[in-house]
Order: sequence, then C-alpha cells, then structure tokens
Amino acid sequence: MKEFIAFVKKEFLHIFRDVRTLLILIGMPVVLIMLFGFAISVEIRNVNVGILAPQHEVLIDRLANKIDASEYFTVAKWLTSDQEIDPLMKQGKVDVVLAFDNRFASRLYTKDGAQLGILVDASNPNIAASEAMYLMGIVQNYFQNNTQQQIKTGGLSTNVRMLYNPQLRSSYNFVPGIMGLILIIICALMTSVSIVREKETGTMEVLLVSPIKPIVIVFAKMIPYFVISCVVLLIIFVLSFTLLHVPMAGSLFWIVIISMLYVILALSIGLFISTIVDSQMVAALITAVVFMLPVLMLSGMLFPLESMPKFFQWISSIVPARWFIAAIRKLMIEGLAVQYVLKELAILAGMTLIILGVALKKFNDRLE
Amino acid sequence: MAAIQTNQLVKTFNAGKVSAVNGISLTVEAGELFGIIGPDGAGKTTLFRLLTTLLKPDSGSATIDGLDMVKDYKQIRSRVGYMPGRFSLYPDLTVIENLSFYASVFGTTIQQKYELIKDIYCRLEPFADRKAGKLSGGMKQKLALCCALIHAPSVLFLDEPTTGVDPSSRREFWDMLAKLKTHGITILVSTAYMDEASRCNRLAMMNNGRFIGIGTPQTIVNEFDKTLLAIRGDEMYRLLNDVRNIEGIEECYTFGDVHHIRLQKDTNLKMTDIEQILVHQYHHTNVKMEPCQPTMEDCFMNASKKER
Repeated sequence: MKEFIAFVKKEFLHIFRDVRTLLILIGMPVVLIMLFGFAISVEIRNVNVGILAPQHEVLIDRLANKIDASEYFTVAKWLTSDQEIDPLMKQGKVDVVLAFDNRFASRLYTKDGAQLGILVDASNPNIAASEAMYLMGIVQNYFQNNTQQQIKTGGLSTNVRMLYNPQLRSSYNFVPGIMGLILIIICALMTSVSIVREKETGTMEVLLVSPIKPIVIVFAKMIPYFVISCVVLLIIFVLSFTLLHVPMAGSLFWIVIISMLYVILALSIGLFISTIVDSQMVAALITAVVFMLPVLMLSGMLFPLESMPKFFQWISSIVPARWFIAAIRKLMIEGLAVQYVLKELAILAGMTLIILGVALKKFNDRLE
Repeated sequence: MAAIQTNQLVKTFNAGKVSAVNGISLTVEAGELFGIIGPDGAGKTTLFRLLTTLLKPDSGSATIDGLDMVKDYKQIRSRVGYMPGRFSLYPDLTVIENLSFYASVFGTTIQQKYELIKDIYCRLEPFADRKAGKLSGGMKQKLALCCALIHAPSVLFLDEPTTGVDPSSRREFWDMLAKLKTHGITILVSTAYMDEASRCNRLAMMNNGRFIGIGTPQTIVNEFDKTLLAIRGDEMYRLLNDVRNIEGIEECYTFGDVHHIRLQKDTNLKMTDIEQILVHQYHHTNVKMEPCQPTMEDCFMNASKKER
C-alpha cells in the first residue's frame, strides 16, 4: 500500500510539473463549450423575411403579422415582383422570401389551389434548412387554424430534435459530444502516453525489475487521470448549467454514474493502447486516429447517425462515445429516467470489462 | 554458491532470424566484479535483460543467487538491482524525489539504506532539489546507481553505465564500484570501452552473441600468442591498405595514431621484410615500426578474428 501511495504521488508530480499540459486539459473543455455554445451556432435568429405579394390581401397581411411576431423572423420588405428578390438577397436585406400567387386568397378556394413559394438564401445550408422548416411550420399552422380547407404547402418534415429543443438551441446537443471527446482525450490519450513514456525513458525496465506488481503500476497511473477527469466533468457541468442553460433534466446521479463508467472505459482504452505500442508518438497518433476521429464523426456528435450509410452505422456501434453520448442526451436533455438508458449502460459496461480485461492480460511483466 | 550461473542461454528475435544471445555459459562468484566487454550490437543488453528476468530465454537456463530465472523470477526481482543503459530516471522529478520514489518501490526508505549509498550520494546532495533532467551525464549516472542500490541488492546489473560520461567521471565511477565490492555485492557490468576492462576481477569478451574469451584481465592479455607491431608512416591511410596486402599478415587496423599489425602465427615474416616491401614496392616514406605489448582491444580483435 505504501508503494502504491508513493506511486500515485509520483504520477501527480509528473502532471503538476507539466503545467502546460494540465492547463490544456482543464482549459480545453472551457474553450470547446464556449466555441460550440456561442461561436459555432446553427441557431436561427433575426431572420429577415421578404414578402412577395402582387396584391395586398387580408390573408397575407395577417400571415405577415404572425411571422413578424415570432421571435426569429422579422418582415423586412414587401415586394411586388420577383425581379426584386435577387438584388435584395445579394445585398443581405432579406434571407427568406415568401412568394404568394397572384390573387392568392381567391385562388385558395379553387380546385387547383394556390401556390406559396419559400425562397431561402442557402449560402449557409444548415441555417437555410432550419429557416425553411421553421417558416413552413408557421405558415402551415396559420392555414390550418384560419381556413377550413386543407391547403397543400409542400411536404412538411418534423425534426425530432425540435421536440426537446424547441428553440433549436444547438449548444444542448454539443455538451454530451464535448464530454465524450474530452474524456477520451484526457483518459485514453494521457494514460497511454504516460505509460509509454516510462517505456521510452527506460524507467519501465527498472519498475519491472522490482517487486512492485504490474497491477499497482497500472492503477497508480490511472488514478490521477481519473481525478482530473472528475474535475473536468465538474467544470463541464457547471458551465453547461450556468452559461448554456442546459436543462439537466434527468437525474444528476445517473449522469455522473454513466460519466464515471465512460471515464473508466477510456482509461482502459488508454492502458490497452500502451500495451501495444512503444513510443509516445505512436500512442498519441493511435488515440487520435482510432479513438478521437470516430468520436467526432461516428458518435452522432456532429452528424446524425440515422442519415449515415448502413455500413457506417454499423461501425459506429463499436464506438464507445456513441453510446455515451446517446445516454447523456437522453438523461441530460430529454430528462428520461434511467430505465431508458439501460441498453447504453449495459453496452458501456460490457466494453469496459472486455477492454480492461484484455489490457490487464496483455500488460506484460516482461519486455516482450 | 555462484551468484550468477548460466547454461547455454539462447535468445533470438524476429522469429529466430536474429540471434542476440547465442549459447552463453557463465559463472560469476558471489562478491565478484565481472565485466562484459564487447562492441555495440554484441548482445550485452539482451544478456542483461535475460539475467534480470525481463526476457525469457529461448533455451538454456540460468540461476541468480540460486533462484531459477524463469520459475522464481518474482523472487529474483526483489534481490537484484538493475541500471539499464539509458539512465532510467524521471527527468521532471528532482534528485531526492527520484531516489525516494525508487526507495518506496522497493519497500524501503533512504534513511534505512543511507549507509550503502552514502559515498555516492554525498556528491549529489548539494543538487538534491535539482531536476534529474538538468543533471550532467556523470551526475545522472551517480543518481541512477544510487537508485539501483537503494534496496541493497545482492547482485547489481549495470548495463553500459559509463557510456556518454566524461573520462574523469568514468574513472570515479569505477572507483565507486570497487568500493561497493567491499559490501559484498556481486556486480555484473558491461561496457564498450576496452580500457575499463582492467578494473574488473574477471571479464568476458562478447561478440555476435557469444563469449570469445573469458578470464582475468591478466590471463586474457597473456593468452595473446602472436607478434604485434605498431607502424607509422607519412601516408597513413595508404599504408593501412598496403600492409593488408602483404602475405603473412593476419590483420592491420588503426590504433590511436598508429596502425597495429598482427602477424600470422606460423609466418616467417620479419619486421625488416615488411619495411623492405613497403619502402621498395609501395614507395612509402618515413616508415617506422616497433614491437608492442597487446592491449585489451588487441586481444579482442584477435579473439573475434579466431571466432570467424
């Protein structure tokens, strides 16, 4: 036990002596949360709407008022011909144009119906899609409430995400993703690099030729990074709660439990990597390519899994972060009870057991 | 009981293609300072890793303090001290932190074992709070030795401890080893510097994974049974190539600022004959030649030639 404490103390010394790395580890979550929360935003806000109406009609006026009243749209211009659209959009005066048919209201009740076009400045496709969808929602809602007849306004797709994120606040979605990414970096990357560094400096040789048990080495390496991960988790929670107003709808207890499980899984991955490579460089590369990239691409953090080809969906199911992010989303944002994340919990626990088992078995007390 | 006893140790790498240690049999008595001398790539480090139980042999066996290197490796590990070729220290920890860490790894404290390391550590003490990475080569070496000694091992393995260290620190280091011997510690030390051989009780010359000669420094030199000449001239490089062409000369190689010539054992070639050939046939000027005493390096060259 005394050896173990001395070992843990030594690991903490390594970490605290390397102030720059420590600052990066602690600073990274803060920067990422700021970035995703404020700078990189796919929210729509202050959208200027142009209304192209050949004649003034009561129906159109009322719809325009309704749009103007909404938080996200401002009716900026009234147009009378479609030639005006192009210059206005290029000048940035309008972002979206609602184009009504000639004699719109009277046509509405004919057999052929009336046409309503939505023209969107799609130079930012993400925002354009949200704008069109949201505007369409307002329009359809309006016609359903104000007219007896069903009017075809084009296919309306409902985004599930809007259910839980009615304002389309993107920062909500990024918090679980950031957690998944940062914990992999701290636990997997730092643990593997720190074990492999001992191989590189030759100190591992001396440690092996000593009565200390390999398991003591392994756990002593893991504990400091476990502690740092907890600190980082706390920072993320506090920031998301205070700055981003993430609802933290579900049970905090289970959010913490799942995060801890994921931390242990990431530590095991780090240990596993360290048993198969001999240089810090390779360890860092493997963690980055094999574990960090999939977290970004295949975990559902940036791109929805459902729209991926089947092959990538299949691959994504072995990415631990996918299950972690899914579980945290359910608990943190949707506020579901723990029984809805049992599947994710079981998968993460299974992965942890397998990887930790393999890593401990592979961790050699000899050099080969 | 012998401190180290090996029997036909074999270790190969890359699925048997590279044999690093090729049938080493060795007996080191308790309390002996035993040297293993050989060039880089001779297999010294692999032999050390085998003996410190870091590697398993392909075949053959060995005992350390009477303990089997495969079966009892855990017990061996608490008895031996090991200082690998690269001084295994934590560069970001201070001198005292390194030492107390290694002490606690071996379940002891600096105070308990201070007597043993006192002579070496007193020179490091003024730098106790300096980071190990900022120490000079000689200091690092002393600290690494302290760390390897902190648990009072019965057998100490030092793998090329003097590589990359200045000559005066090297001399000092061998003085320290001689002192350690008085504590009854068996020391196995490897080096690529032939001139350090004379400081050992006994030594083995190693090349290509084999021992090519073993004995006390004196007996190894005494066993040199050929004529050795030192030669110099105006054009040293051309001289080297021309001497190699002369019939009856076994080998000629550069040795400091002269060339050493080793004659074949049964040749009738005389010093005057060589001079005649060099001056008249190859037109060398200022050729000077004299017989010389073999050094450890000459013995090594001779022995490795025999091996081939």
